[in-house]
Amino acid sequence: MPINLNINEQNLKAQEGETLLTVARREGIPLPTLCFLEGLSVAGSCRLCLVEVEGSSKLQPACALKVTEGLSVKTATERLKRYRKMIVELLFAEGNHVCAVCVSNGNCELQDLAVQMGVDHIRFSYQFPERKVDLSHPLFGFDANRCVLCTRCVRACDEIEGAHTWDVAGRGQSAHIISDMAQPWGSATSCTSCSKCVAVCPVGALFGKGVSVAEMKHQPAVVDFLASARREQNWHKKEEQ
Amino acid sequence: MSRIKLATVWLGGCAGCHMSFLDLDEWLFELAKVAELVFSPIADAKVFPEGVDVALVEGAVANEDNLELIKKVRERSKWVISFGDCAVTGNVTALRNPLGDPTPMLKRIYLAANVVTEGVPSEKGIVPALLPRVMPVHEVIKVDAFLTGCPPSAARIQAALEPLVKGELPKLEGEHIRFGQGA
Repeated sequence: MPINLNINEQNLKAQEGETLLTVARREGIPLPTLCFLEGLSVAGSCRLCLVEVEGSSKLQPACALKVTEGLSVKTATERLKRYRKMIVELLFAEGNHVCAVCVSNGNCELQDLAVQMGVDHIRFSYQFPERKVDLSHPLFGFDANRCVLCTRCVRACDEIEGAHTWDVAGRGQSAHIISDMAQPWGSATSCTSCSKCVAVCPVGALFGKGVSVAEMKHQPAVVDFLASARREQNWHKKEEQ
Repeated sequence: MSRIKLATVWLGGCAGCHMSFLDLDEWLFELAKVAELVFSPIADAKVFPEGVDVALVEGAVANEDNLELIKKVRERSKWVISFGDCAVTGNVTALRNPLGDPTPMLKRIYLAANVVTEGVPSEKGIVPALLPRVMPVHEVIKVDAFLTGCPPSAARIQAALEPLVKGELPKLEGEHIRFGQGA
């Protein structure tokens, strides 16, 4: 049974079990995301895809909102735009994001979001937290200064690779990504060096060793390929068929 | 036609934004028809003058001299524009901030790793003391517009200057506001 819903005064049909984000993407309705990645489970933590739901005072993340009959939402109100811009600014203020000297300069989802939201300066005071850089792995590096805690690496490692090397430790301001039992990545025995965490990182936090400023290009689409290949038992890349 | 009074200021930054300004090449002749450069590291003026229309400020507020100058710039200018990522975000100049007070860093640089100097350079009135924390310009004074980039490309600088010389604040958007890059 198709479900009837309404996005931005537009009547649409969707399948039961689909999320609002899936429907919006299919219909070409833009919704910014950061923690969401096709092929991984939903975290709903970045709050960029928040929408206004008619009849509810609570904003809902579109990535985690299952469509229901009669659902009516707005995706781009002034309030939502204001909040999204604020979220991006807070991400910049919270970490140490120095685009000019970052491996991901020019290939960064946080930088792209700032452009999208019209962020030309940060209205909040920078926290300048003291964070670590882990270069103990022979192939890859992790710079916590650039981490936005999207947990894509955690989910890719657990759900696609099945290693669960990464996890989140601490709470609030002290939340951070750890490998194995909060030990150097190079001594984390669960790590298979598969590089999926590096592929999905939206910023320059995870990178291949030896890349310099603006040279790191992540490949987040790889997890969607792996997830759908497993589901559909089709291991040929779509463009090769 | 009267020309606007344009100033460019160099705080804690690498001068790359000013190099990019010079990269405007022949357009600088067009600019000179409508703007008079009254203060700049590339002009011979020792004192920041009164009645400036537009001040482009490169660099973050990193030391006592920067702090003194930026306050003067604000008082004497109609519009202050943060010019480049160091002014806008702190950027490379603020890389020292997570380390806290700069004294241990200075000792490490000038004492532990250097046998030439006899101590941390300090000369009252000559070598300005570092501030405990590097600040983007808008944390210290009101800023009227932001010109991002490390450095902002000549095209981006031109896009900001064109409205400014006509007496309008620039409204840059899209790729023209991307941090880290000049496009």
